[in-house]
Amino acid sequence: MRPTPGYDWRKPMNLYLPIAELSVNAFVIVLLGAGVGFLSGMFGVGGGFLTTPLLILYGIPPTVAVATSATQITGSSVSGALAYLRRGQIDLKMGAVLVAGGIAGAGIGQVIFRQLQKIGQIDVAINVVYVLLLGGVGILMLRESVTTLRRAARPGPHPPVRLRRHVPWIAGLPGRTRFYRSGLFISPLAPLLLGLVVGMLTTLGIGGGFIMVPAMLYLLGMSASAVVGTSLFQTIFVTAMTTMLHATSSKSVDIVLALLLLSGGVAGAQFGVRAAQKVRPEKLRLFLALLVLAVAIALMTGLTLQPRDLFTLYGQS
Amino acid sequence: MNRAAGLALAWLALSGAAPTMLITDISQGRIDINTTFKGADLLVYGAIQYPAGSIPDGVPDIAVVVRGPAEPITIRKKARVAGVWINTDSVHFETVPGFYSVATTRPIAQIADDRTTAIYEIGVGNLQLSPASGASGAQTAAFEQGLIAAKRRQGLFAEAEGTVTLTRNVLYSARITIPAAVPVGEYAAEIYLIRKGRVIASSTTPITIDKSGFERWIYVAAHEHSLLYGLAAVAAALFAGWVASVVTRRA
Repeated sequence: MRPTPGYDWRKPMNLYLPIAELSVNAFVIVLLGAGVGFLSGMFGVGGGFLTTPLLILYGIPPTVAVATSATQITGSSVSGALAYLRRGQIDLKMGAVLVAGGIAGAGIGQVIFRQLQKIGQIDVAINVVYVLLLGGVGILMLRESVTTLRRAARPGPHPPVRLRRHVPWIAGLPGRTRFYRSGLFISPLAPLLLGLVVGMLTTLGIGGGFIMVPAMLYLLGMSASAVVGTSLFQTIFVTAMTTMLHATSSKSVDIVLALLLLSGGVAGAQFGVRAAQKVRPEKLRLFLALLVLAVAIALMTGLTLQPRDLFTLYGQS
Repeated sequence: MNRAAGLALAWLALSGAAPTMLITDISQGRIDINTTFKGADLLVYGAIQYPAGSIPDGVPDIAVVVRGPAEPITIRKKARVAGVWINTDSVHFETVPGFYSVATTRPIAQIADDRTTAIYEIGVGNLQLSPASGASGAQTAAFEQGLIAAKRRQGLFAEAEGTVTLTRNVLYSARITIPAAVPVGEYAAEIYLIRKGRVIASSTTPITIDKSGFERWIYVAAHEHSLLYGLAAVAAALFAGWVASVVTRRA
């Protein structure tokens, strides 16, 4: 063994990841975590929709990227959820229903994940789901934020944005119960189903916050103050479950990679929260919409352009 | 190098009327993959021991092959379906070496004929990959090319023609580059002495490549105690989130 000299910052800090089985520049990964942490602090989203594609872009195997980003989302959701809990902005009853649905969904998602892995379509499936979801949500968000900004720019009184309070088929579901903090009197089946869908997506590396939040607002009609906190609350449990499922079945959680991302994320989120207070929320939503669309377009280009390498290798594992 | 020269001289002095033999040593018999592993540079060196110590005229050829354990691999080809590139056809290969690198004194085509290089699997095009599915010959060949190209890009298949140095027709040495993404397992360095297109001597030296220390510990934990490992990952994430919350609150 050679004596260890003082660390030279000019050299890239290479670190071998034990599960991903490749050497990465630790500094780049921490920076990536910090960048995603910044955005998640700024916009209040888990950031999984960014971490997963960025890790794949860096060269991490897709299955490891998906599994490990679930672990990272758990961490970033905890800090957010604790802040909302202190302000009493989590509907625990609603959260529990969402978690129940989410855990069932994660189980179903895991079975689908394994099947897709077996037939060799998991990489394509991840990309297609991302393009559809990010593209769809991005366009909706963009439309909404542009409308809001235009209305704000117009002189005169601003009529409040009307939320759709009653979606007929949801109101018609049986067994209605009261969710006080959400200001709702609906059947628990609706949030259970929503949780199920989001849970399935979580196994693909999407925390689900950016699907969950609009769905809670516009489909369930939850009061806005409890939405983000409850979504984060649900995300903690479902991503923790997803980590467990990936760890036990595909064995693709890289704890070293997760810790690198988290250490960057912890610092980044702090700056993100501060930055968010300096920008108007409508503008913030516009930025997020553009960011989401940019990721969707980048992924779509990757899917539709002829790939440089037509052949892909799949080991036995 | 001095060690090899000494070894060679000792053998030359002691040898009687034995067949030509190869004496080989490797700079590292074991490669440990640790946290800072960035790949390794193997030096394979040794001497040719001729019968009765007489060095025949003419320059012999040496081929140094370092190969890793064989594994089954499925290779899939992407094709455009509804505007999107997705995996379609696949061919399964039963015995694909996880790593294969060959260094030679001259271009492989000039060392020996195709039959000899095929028998000894000298050159990436000569590997017996055992395609298992019932695909046509042409299709299998195309997939084999794709497999080799993909492995080459990853640095896991390599051919370095003309990089074995031969000193006074007795001492030989070659450098083999092991990339960071190398699979773990039992490796072997095979050295072939080729004269007039025929393999007249060969030697095999084992090499072990394995994860060590922390890397090994994590890997074993993830595979053997996956439930505990998953719990640890979740606990680490929860802890990091809690730390972040405390820090943010103070700020």
